[in-house]
Amino acid sequence: MNATPFIPLLLALGLSPLLFGVINRTKAFFAGRRGPPLLQTYFDLWKLLQKGAVYSRTTTWLFRAGPILGLAAALTAAMLMPLGHFPALIAFPGDFLLLAGLLGVMRFFTVVAALDTGSSFEGMGASREVFFSALAEPALLVALVALARQADNLSLSTMLGVVSGAHWQHSGPVLVLLVIALMIVLLAENARIPVDDPNTHLELTMIHEVMVLDHGGPDLAFILYGAGLKLWLFAALIVGMVLPKTGNVWPDLGLALGGILVVAVMVGVIESIMARLRLVIVPQLLVGAGALAAVAFLLGLA
Amino acid sequence: MLTTNLILVLVLLTNLKLLGSSRLGASIRVVAAQGMVLGLLPILAHWHELSLHFALLAVGTIAIKGVVFPWFLFRAIREADIGREIEPYVGYAASLATGAVALGVSFWVCTKLPIPENIASPWLAPVSFFSIFAGLFLIVSRKRAVNQVLGFLVLENGIYTFGVGVAARTPFLVEVGVLLDVFVAVFVMGITIFHINREFDHINTARLSVLKD
Repeated sequence: MNATPFIPLLLALGLSPLLFGVINRTKAFFAGRRGPPLLQTYFDLWKLLQKGAVYSRTTTWLFRAGPILGLAAALTAAMLMPLGHFPALIAFPGDFLLLAGLLGVMRFFTVVAALDTGSSFEGMGASREVFFSALAEPALLVALVALARQADNLSLSTMLGVVSGAHWQHSGPVLVLLVIALMIVLLAENARIPVDDPNTHLELTMIHEVMVLDHGGPDLAFILYGAGLKLWLFAALIVGMVLPKTGNVWPDLGLALGGILVVAVMVGVIESIMARLRLVIVPQLLVGAGALAAVAFLLGLA
Repeated sequence: MLTTNLILVLVLLTNLKLLGSSRLGASIRVVAAQGMVLGLLPILAHWHELSLHFALLAVGTIAIKGVVFPWFLFRAIREADIGREIEPYVGYAASLATGAVALGVSFWVCTKLPIPENIASPWLAPVSFFSIFAGLFLIVSRKRAVNQVLGFLVLENGIYTFGVGVAARTPFLVEVGVLLDVFVAVFVMGITIFHINREFDHINTARLSVLKD
């Protein structure tokens, strides 16, 4: 049996927690610290999986199902993402809509589980998360549609394989706009600075972190791993658009992996040199990302 | 071709930035940057038939739109003691969304127009239409007179973009005449802002419209 279709999925499964390590190391470098080990997220996941979970009496089965369903959605989404020259495990025309939909499902179950705790604190986080993602999702979808238009194809595997090279020469501005829009969506969707601060546990500033406060043990491990996969997916999407393809299979794969690490370093740099935006400014940023994606789409039409 | 497209995208982005910006000083600088970038357009759009005519036009545009106007507007806001915040009728996010819709409309309108074949870039007509729409929107959706002057400048930039890109052979005098007209207009507006401010202690046009004899 041919194993190549599994390569992008296996790499995503194996290496996605590493991205957090790279981001934290970059931030530590900027702060003049040594920082946690690169593999810290793997240790955390291992530790959490050893633990048992504690459930509040007010929660129902939804709270227990949330992390599992969220991780399942993230895993399914990872099957749709190609890498370098390798097509995704599942590829069909229109699969980019399924990708956006699965990310929506993942968020939906996180939000439902947060609301199920009955805590007003988590409800606040859920409300913010849904508000911001309602603005980030159109930006993501329009950017993907613009990308499909550029590549003249509806499947992610072909889209990311075709774009770059010749496209950069005749419609470079369109792709630059798309990359900027997707980078903003990446920061917003993965709860990074300048939209959300993954380090704070201060109620005024939290969005994503507040929703998972009541989860513990294996549930928290699932959520952490799902977040890593989500970050990996967005990074792979951006890298697939930006990197030129040499045409050789293995160098392309190496380039793509290097590109994903570079995206993680960039996230770390952005977190180091920027402050978190005020909550009222965040919608403007996201609508701005949507406007950029719309501009790219329209310019691609003309 | 690529450089022309790059300039057009920059003009587009500066328009969006203006729609979403909440600071007056930043807005004036963005309009100045837009004027400077547009000053380069005649040179780049007619690279192969470059003449003294286009060079002079570029220098004149950059000097007036990039240096004189911002200096004049900054002086106006300093003398009239205007605050830094823009007070919009329509919020910033809503303005941005309107901008995106206006861009779509301009692209649609331009598919219906008979555009000449030898146009510098396929994006030129939509981008200039978008500048005109954005300028009009800025004029009607902002309360302060200074912001309305900025909207007027963006509107004029749109017309200029279209003129430079489409009509390669516009008489020099006409272009210089338009530039002079705009200069006089901004000059008069600057003086008016100053006078309104001295009479009424503020330049909020929303409250001016309640004034009756």
